[in-house]
Amino acid sequence: MTIIPDFGDDDESDRKFVLICSKGNLDMAYPALVLANAALGEGIETHLFFTFWGFDMITKSRMHDLQFSPVGNTAMHLPIKDKKLPQSLAPLPGMTALATKMMKQQIEDLGIPEVPDFLDQIVASGGHLWACRMSADMNNLTESDLRDDIDGIINATDFIEMTDGAQLLFI
Amino acid sequence: MPTATIAGHEVQINDEGFLTEYDEWNEDIAAELAKNIGIDMTDDHWKLINWLREDYKEKGETATTRRVQTVGGFPTKQQFVLFPKKPARKMAYIAGLPKPHGCV
Repeated sequence: MTIIPDFGDDDESDRKFVLICSKGNLDMAYPALVLANAALGEGIETHLFFTFWGFDMITKSRMHDLQFSPVGNTAMHLPIKDKKLPQSLAPLPGMTALATKMMKQQIEDLGIPEVPDFLDQIVASGGHLWACRMSADMNNLTESDLRDDIDGIINATDFIEMTDGAQLLFI
Repeated sequence: MPTATIAGHEVQINDEGFLTEYDEWNEDIAAELAKNIGIDMTDDHWKLINWLREDYKEKGETATTRRVQTVGGFPTKQQFVLFPKKPARKMAYIAGLPKPHGCV
């Protein structure tokens, strides 16, 4: 008996996956990156659209410096099992830097790339990156301020047109 | 577990058709598995598949596409060219390994 796995190569799938990245915090950058990477690995056409704070993920001068803050995050635990960081301590000076360093280390320990490197991999896998026109205008940013592999800066109408029939995820 | 005869060898497979026994694999079987999914093995394919098997032997789990790039030195783009559309799963299938568990 021979069983040949079905990798779906003959299916004319028109599945399209679009992720809207609206956050610039380190922890909120990763869900879209992980899922986009997984979708590309399954042969699905994938687009990432960066808007508002998510612009920091693709802005050359900022993309290496995303941070994670425990402020307002009651699920922030200490390295001791199930002990929570008291919210009154979260805004103390140095806390964001410390929390960012810890999170970056945890991500690195899993062999997961930093944000710019992860986007390199997504583009190499055939993913498309788009920037939001309004966010660019608000921040006085042009294409030269963004990653060189951005497919373009597009407006809301372009986005609606592009996402026809797509599965959308807003992060 | 079903068994199958591939390239003249009787091997154990799972219900998706992936080999389940690391030591039952050989290059004849790999070439046949590759042919099953429309891939003609070239030197570049062999280099990657053999690396994947070596890495599995050492680590006990199948490398993700990320690891194939960073540790194996096979660029992501190349992986998609050699094993189109679904590189991670296709590489694992041909190498006689389980699908990778890692997310990235």
